[in-house]
This record gives sequence, C-alpha cells and structure tokens, in this order.
Amino acid sequence: MAQAKITQAEVEHVARLARLDLSEPEKERMRSQLDAILTYIDKLRQLNTEGVEATPHAIPMVNVMREDEVRPCLPAGEMLANAPEREGDFFRVPKIIEE
Amino acid sequence: MPTISELGARYRSGEATPTRVVETYFQRIETLDPQVRAYVTLTRESALARAEAAEKRLKAGNPRGPLDGVPLAIKDVICTKGVRTTCSSKILENFVPPYDATVMMRLSAAGAVMLGKTNMDEFAMGSSTENSAFFPTRNPWDLARVPGGSSGGSAAAVAAGLAAGALGSDTGGSIRQPAAFCGTVGVKPTYGRVSRYGLVAFASSLDQIGPFAADVRGAALLLQAIAGHDPLDSTSTDVPVPDYTAALGGGIQGLRVGIPSEYFTEGMDPEVEKAVSTAIEVLKSLGAKTEKVSLPTTNYALAAYYLIAPAEASSNLARYDGVKYGYRAPGGKDLIQMYGRTRAEGFGPEVKRRIMLGTYALSAGYYEAYYGKAQRVRTLVRRDFQQAFERVDVLACPTAPNVAFKLGEKEDPLQMYLCDVFTIPVNLAGLPGLSLPCGFTQSGLPIGLQLIGKPFDESTLLSAAYAFEQATPWHARAPALQ
Repeated sequence: MAQAKITQAEVEHVARLARLDLSEPEKERMRSQLDAILTYIDKLRQLNTEGVEATPHAIPMVNVMREDEVRPCLPAGEMLANAPEREGDFFRVPKIIEE
Repeated sequence: MPTISELGARYRSGEATPTRVVETYFQRIETLDPQVRAYVTLTRESALARAEAAEKRLKAGNPRGPLDGVPLAIKDVICTKGVRTTCSSKILENFVPPYDATVMMRLSAAGAVMLGKTNMDEFAMGSSTENSAFFPTRNPWDLARVPGGSSGGSAAAVAAGLAAGALGSDTGGSIRQPAAFCGTVGVKPTYGRVSRYGLVAFASSLDQIGPFAADVRGAALLLQAIAGHDPLDSTSTDVPVPDYTAALGGGIQGLRVGIPSEYFTEGMDPEVEKAVSTAIEVLKSLGAKTEKVSLPTTNYALAAYYLIAPAEASSNLARYDGVKYGYRAPGGKDLIQMYGRTRAEGFGPEVKRRIMLGTYALSAGYYEAYYGKAQRVRTLVRRDFQQAFERVDVLACPTAPNVAFKLGEKEDPLQMYLCDVFTIPVNLAGLPGLSLPCGFTQSGLPIGLQLIGKPFDESTLLSAAYAFEQATPWHARAPALQ
C-alpha cells in the first residue's frame, strides 16, 4: 500500500489550527477523504512550474487607496443585533484570562 | 412563463401588472415549490409592496427600466438587509444582515422585486445543492435528480417558472453547471465585472455574482443592472459597462470560435458530446469560423483549484467564531473551546473538509509545495487561455461532462469535484463564461453549451449565445411540473 499522504496526527493538528473539534469517527473519515483528495492533487507534481510566477489574482490589480477620513457607519445596535450573546454595547464571550 | 423582456413589454402595454404577476408567482411557488424546494425564505410582503410601487410608476408612465416590477430569486449567499441570509448553513441560520449587497441596491434601484432567497450548497461548496444544511433542491426536469450546484435553488427556480430571473454566484462553476443541469441561461461575468460587496465570501479571488434567466436577453438585462465599478469592492474594476442588449441580434458572421480539444475527454456522457458537437455545427451554419485550440493545462486546473479555493475559504470562514453573529455552541468553558465546538456543530461535512484541506495547504511545511505550486499552475492556465484568445474570439465546449445525476449518486467528494472540470479553469483565469441550453438527452434532461470569452467581453458571449438561441428550439422547452 502506498504511504498515506496525511496521518491521523496531522489531521488532529490541522483541526486544532482550524478550530474544529472533530469527533473520533469524523477524524478517521476526514483522514481518508483528505488522503484521496491529496493523492489526486499530487498530479500537479508532473507539471514543471520552474520560473513560472504565481497568480494570486487573475485580473491585474493595484492597491486602491482613499483618504483616511471618518465616514458614517452602521449604529452599534444594528451591528450587535446578530450577536449570540451581548452585554450592553459589547459582544459577550467566555472567559479568556485566567483569574 | 414569460421571459423578462416579455414581462416588461406586457407591463408597458398594460396587458399585465406587477402585483398580479407577483401574486401569480407566489401561487406557483405555493403549488410547485414543495416538490422543487428552490427557496429557503420567501419575502411575500416586501415583494408585494415593491410590486405596488412598480405598478404606480408604470401607470404614471415613468418606469425605472426593463426590470421594473420583474420578480427575481436571490441566492442565499447575497446579503439582503433585514432578510435572513443563511448560506444554507446552520452557522448562519438566523443571520439577518444589517445592509444590502451592492447588487441588491442596484436591483432595487432598477425596480426589481425579490420573491425570496434560494437554496444552495452550504457556503457555495458543492455541485448538487445536496450540501444544503436544510434540504436538497430537486431538478424540475426530473425530481429524482439534482439541479446542480452550488446555485441549484436559483437555477431550479428559473427553470420551474418560480421566478423570472435569479442571481447566483460562481466560484468554480456554481452558476454555469446548475444552468446546464436545469436548462436555463447562466452567466459568470469576468472577475471584477460585478461588485462582491455583500456577497458572503467563499474564495475571494474566484467568486463572482451573475444572473440566471430563461433566455439570453433576460440574462443580458440582469447583467446590465448589476455590472460596474463599486467603490465598496476594491476588486471591482473600473471598466465601462457596454449596452449588453444592443449587441444582441447582430449575428455572428465571421466570429472565430475555438474548440478546446481537452474539453472533449473520454468518459464524458456521449449524449453531451453529441449535443455540443451539433451545437458547434449550428454556430458554423450561422457564419462562425471554428478552429481547434489546445489548452494543455486543463487536466491540472481542477487539482490547482482544490488547493486555491479551500485555502481562501479556510481564511474567509475563520470569521464564523460564534462571537459577532451566527450560531454559538453552548457550554464552552473558555474561548478556544467555544470556537471549536461552535464550528464543529455549525459547519456541515463538505465545509469542514474544505477548511481542513485549505488549512493543511497553507500550514507550515506545506505552503510552497501545495499553495505556491497551485498558484504557479494558475498562471499556466491563464496563459493557455491568453494564447487561445490570440487566435479566436470565444471558446465553445460543454459546460459539464455529464447531465443532472440522481440525488445521493455522488457520495465520494472527489467524484463530486470532477463535475466542475470544464468550468473551474474559467474561474482560475478570471474570464467570463456562459451556459445555455443546447439539447436534451433521450430521457429529457437538459444539456449545456459553455461559451468562454476574453476578459470584460461579455457582449460577444451574449451575442453568440443569442444567435444560437434564435436558431434553436431548446430555450422554449419547459419542464412538466404540476
């Protein structure tokens, strides 16, 4: 059998980076599916790209600048209306700093 | 059902009125949408109010233009002020945007009437609309089959006569492939042609909003209304917007049409190949000059896409953290645990897969081998097209290698990805692409012809499509829904 492209430990590492609490069965399914996809993607190795520049955007673009000036923005109440939890004019989150 | 331009003509002649027409659409939705399930949210009240306003303008002889009072369906990835915008995801199930996307501002200014928001693959990731967290949408031509995706709800709504036109978004084929599967016209504009402000981001260097309609003229009218530079989207381009309908009817005498040999591969549905080959003969008979061209990197475009799009997605979807909006999982004892649980419960399997793939491709040690490599391949894909367009004006090929498949038929993610093999290169190169009906299989399923154009040359695509449409009967067929 060919060597796996991605190991269980790598899946766990990437899931941590992506902030996804995967269940045990999810992890194994994810590993085998990613393995199949990465095996397919491996065909890119056949292509010689030496000296080829990267294309981050297909249409040529330049930075768009404007004056840094105060403009109207949405009122805080509207911005907070979708918050899962709020307290006054703040988003409420679980504790970050240990006491 | 009438086309967008027919509706406009009937409004102006007084033969029809927006309120009656909008009522008729809601009646059809009530009868037929329980079978098709194109919509996730209906906006009846605001639609009727807008229809009344349009009616007043029409009566006063002062309509806003060809879209005044025209009923539309909007993919649920486009932000609509005060109307829930879910991306067919549990994580955004109750999200109500505080602002309108630029395309919605423009459609409102044109007098168009939104009937509701349409179902899609979660966060536009998929090719069948089965990845919706809510329910799958069915193909109006055969309810056992998928409408394509990710804009399956918009395509099905137009095909079933549940809207006169629709907006979708296309990152790797999500307008063109469902347009082909449902027998409608669908346009993916040039990257930068239409503002993405208020489009929930999937892969920012690939995403574009575009129209669906029952005919080419309808698609041209919708594109006209939404195209153009927007200061709120720094990737929208300040290139003048031509009059798209003016180009229709001019014929295609002498048009140089390239046929990319890599788009006629083994393993494609023989009925698709036959219909597309016949369509190319029709273009010839109308005066087009065809020639074979080669796009040698085609075979690698899909692999490059499945690094670039997930990489961008993993970064874009980092914003769903259960803090500012959307779902939050209960019981997280600290912030990190809350994030992890919220995202695990809020995202469906395909979205998680792509976030994982993208995070992996961008992670230390793999970045150059995967993401860097894919961006270089993207350059080669672009060059292929640039070279072809030195010799031809448009490219003609199938939109998809297959026709609508059965629900549940493609369970393997990679098999699903391969549905987009002919549409993905166009997004990587930022080009405009259009799908229109070019025939039906023996069993009555629509087949799509894809036309690909030079950057910002949607006019040529539309005029070629229009000439083809006028010479063929396919757009006039409608599914037999009861």
